Amino acid sequence: MSTNSTTSDRVAKVFGEPTPHRRGTVWPARVDQYLDEGIDERDVDRWVQSACLLCSNGCGADIAVKDGRMVGIRGRAGDTVSHGRLGPKGLYGSTPWASSPDRLTRPLVREDGRLVETDWDTAMGRIVEVSKRLLAEKGPLSHGFYTSGQLFLEEYYTLAVIGKAGLGTPHMDGNTRLCTATSAAAFKESFGADGQPGSYTDIEHCDAIFLYGHNMPETQTVLWTRILDRTRGEDPPRIVCVDPRRTAVAEEALRTGGVHLAPRVGTNLALMNGLVRELFVHDWITHEWVAEHTVGVDKLRETVEPYTPEHVADICGIDPDDLRSAARIFGESENVLSTVLQGFYQSHQATASSVAVHNLHLLRGMIGRPGAGVLQMNGQPTAQNNRECGADGDLPGFRNWDNLDHVRQLADAWNVDVMTIPHWAPPTHAMQIMSYAETGSIGFLWISATNPAVSMPESARIRKILAGDQCFTVVQDLFLTETAELADVVLPAAGWGEKTGCFTNVNRVVHLSEQAVEPPGEARSDLDIFLMYADAMGFTDRDGAPVVPWRTPEEAFDAWAAVTAGRPVDYTGLSYAKLRGPSGIPWPVNAEHPDGTDRLYADAIFPTDTDYCETYGHDLITGGTVSEQEHRAMAPAGRAYLKGAPYTPAHETPSDEYPLLFTTGRTVFQFHTRTKTGRARSLDQAAPDAWVELSPADAGPLGISEGDWVRVESPRGAIEVRARIGRVMQGAVFAPFHYGHWNPDDLVDAEHRTANELTMTVWDPVSKQPSFKTAACRVTRLRAGDGPAPAPTNTASAPASGANDVEARVPATGGGSATSSRVLAETPGYALDPSQIESGREDH
Amino acid sequence: MPHLSTYVALADHSEQTLADSLRAVAEGHARQADVFHTCNTLAGWSDQHRQDLAPVVERYGEQEDVDEPERLRADALTSTREGEIGLLRDLQDLHLLATLVHSTWTVIAQGAQGLRDQQLLDVATSSREETTRQLTWLTTRMKQAAPQALIVAP
Ligand code: SF4
Repeated sequence: MSTNSTTSDRVAKVFGEPTPHRRGTVWPARVDQYLDEGIDERDVDRWVQSACLLCSNGCGADIAVKDGRMVGIRGRAGDTVSHGRLGPKGLYGSTPWASSPDRLTRPLVREDGRLVETDWDTAMGRIVEVSKRLLAEKGPLSHGFYTSGQLFLEEYYTLAVIGKAGLGTPHMDGNTRLCTATSAAAFKESFGADGQPGSYTDIEHCDAIFLYGHNMPETQTVLWTRILDRTRGEDPPRIVCVDPRRTAVAEEALRTGGVHLAPRVGTNLALMNGLVRELFVHDWITHEWVAEHTVGVDKLRETVEPYTPEHVADICGIDPDDLRSAARIFGESENVLSTVLQGFYQSHQATASSVAVHNLHLLRGMIGRPGAGVLQMNGQPTAQNNRECGADGDLPGFRNWDNLDHVRQLADAWNVDVMTIPHWAPPTHAMQIMSYAETGSIGFLWISATNPAVSMPESARIRKILAGDQCFTVVQDLFLTETAELADVVLPAAGWGEKTGCFTNVNRVVHLSEQAVEPPGEARSDLDIFLMYADAMGFTDRDGAPVVPWRTPEEAFDAWAAVTAGRPVDYTGLSYAKLRGPSGIPWPVNAEHPDGTDRLYADAIFPTDTDYCETYGHDLITGGTVSEQEHRAMAPAGRAYLKGAPYTPAHETPSDEYPLLFTTGRTVFQFHTRTKTGRARSLDQAAPDAWVELSPADAGPLGISEGDWVRVESPRGAIEVRARIGRVMQGAVFAPFHYGHWNPDDLVDAEHRTANELTMTVWDPVSKQPSFKTAACRVTRLRAGDGPAPAPTNTASAPASGANDVEARVPATGGGSATSSRVLAETPGYALDPSQIESGREDH
Repeated sequence: MPHLSTYVALADHSEQTLADSLRAVAEGHARQADVFHTCNTLAGWSDQHRQDLAPVVERYGEQEDVDEPERLRADALTSTREGEIGLLRDLQDLHLLATLVHSTWTVIAQGAQGLRDQQLLDVATSSREETTRQLTWLTTRMKQAAPQALIVAP
């Protein structure tokens, strides 16, 4: 291994220099760094501790500061998540947006239909006036809050207390509903409470990795790097990929002797039922463990019985032998790691399909030990905190809204009447909030750090709701986004590096992100903005004291940690001081686990006890809630649930009029609606404009060739973008969802490219996550383009293999600025890493 | 056993009423995407119950002329109401219809047991289980809709 630093274009080389290693050994450390052009390492004034905020991976990082400006980023070698690495988004996208000239620096209010600059007192005065008036007229149910997966824990918790103890509204949700709600819902259904069971360290110990609807090389590049370092090392795991596109994961599956299953969009549950059935048929079941630690095995066996490989093959359009091989890999491997993401979460029967992944693990007793784990992923960096803190409507600390004792614990902590806290009905999910805002039944909607005008389904409808007079809208963001343009009041917010706070990655690892620079102009942190509102509204507790007594992020953190006591998500052992160490720390952290916890359920005791669980569960088909009595009658008492459901066809299937399936997704070079990545030159030039991908078989008869402008239409709307003849399965059309009309480069036609114009307003009955992956569409050719589609070529959007003429014409993606990278000769110690704890023992 | 056959006819009829009404509510509140899709799914369940029951109906013969349970018959919802409060009331109507279906299956299951009619018992038991799930969803959805509809809806 070298300690010399190498330089590379990480747009071209997304994963950087490989560091392959043998199974059971620690993942080597490699420190990746990016500095703005013209800045030398010696010029940097100081490095400020943080973690990357551009996906759910949460790679530990330090921010480079020079002359009060963020000028770059460097991975933290001692961080358990990334071992020093950063991906292209983290490297190039973390800092440029901050000094972008179009930052919001002053509040705006709407005057005669136009947004005009004003001061904070005027802007907040307007908000408070409407808020107080509506409270007096209609009560708290007139208020809704729609947040993000990108605020800090302290901000979510503060907002949760304002909403639940100050106002008393159940109408709070985050855009996490769009990206990660199913992950939480699936955990709750199987294990009784939210909480990621597995750990990234499972990668080093497994002999097979199943990726379900998870295009990891596109979404969490550093995590995929970690997997590549195993699949390219000694004694590699086999990969099984479930994805309708021939992604890099699919290619790795074939390379490692695994399987690529490409089910028709919308048929995941049939496939999963087929896999589960195979386990029963071949008796790949750990009977004793199942008997001791689960409930529901007989019912599950009955549910999956009809799903023979042939029947599944029919529904999903796959080869029945591929299903058999995949099941055999699951059934015969010692340790399997499964990861799940949007291909399941944003598709039909989302929760039931994700729960089925748990079923496979539970049937084999493969949970809670190194290598055998489940990672239900998140999309956004702080989605986890939204779920934990209750800004998504759940009660803070994974408490059960249907359990009066849990509600009382919060009422006591906040010193408010238990009746104030909305717990009489399930929390209102995002799509329902919008629907109430549509009729004016919610008359006050506060949106922070998210852009629903682009990211929500049926975006034209959402824009109409936000623009209408029936609902007063406050938007708080870094930029005048497509959503902010429609607001009544716009508040300029400080972003990452301009404020202090914590966030938790998908692997339960908590990082502290310190303020590195001052926010521009009059921009304020989201925490300060929420506190300003709480003060102005005068929310008080039973003794007349402010309901939100804290003033600083650290005080908010401590208040949060205190309410997690005794819950699965236990932060009581964490403090800012402790988080200033070399690595982020995974919860639970408490007296029993002072250094945190690498994986949950090592003791195979699940949080399902009726008095402890976060939910009593749901009917996976209808979403009907299980009652406390019914739950008690099942006496789960620490056993996990095996839950199944039959496959049902998707809500919208192709027809003569709309013969193709429309599905949306991401590209590695953009994040969310591009607010940050679109302002980073290296990233934006790699994926500057929207496109759609068609299979060669579908493109041919439509007369469409690479780079042609096409119109893609569903019953709800249309986009006009360029076509990539790509790697989607026949019958499917893929579009990236990042692109709204905001346009950094004055593109000719940015008005007609929002993929969510086509998607449907329909959601999973349990997780309420909208399905972005199942709509029917038709495609027509408009005119020839003047070159290939603006889609990257070194990712899943690569041209179809075999289509040589296309491959030859499309230039390779690259053009990123130089970054440096250094593999460390000696790997640091990671407190909980089983490879290091076990070294000395010879198990492999 | 004239009365049992009357009840079999009643089950058939009330499942149909429930299915029709679920579909009417689905259409009438199509803007509420979950109501639209779930009501249609649940209507499909009721159709299935009738199909499962069909061979039994044939065996027992339809009994349309017995007065007594006629009074138990409820009319289908042919039109739906507007808005959030309208949705709440429509869901409540569906709940009433589903309750009638549920108790009818309970009664039939008792009769089937007495007669040792295994086929009828199976149909009654499995249908009733699904009717319970229909009722659970209706209750869940009403609980969700009620506060907003009763307090703030325009
Ligand atoms: S993997 Fe995610 S968290 Fe890590 S550097 Fe890339 S975008 Fe940032």
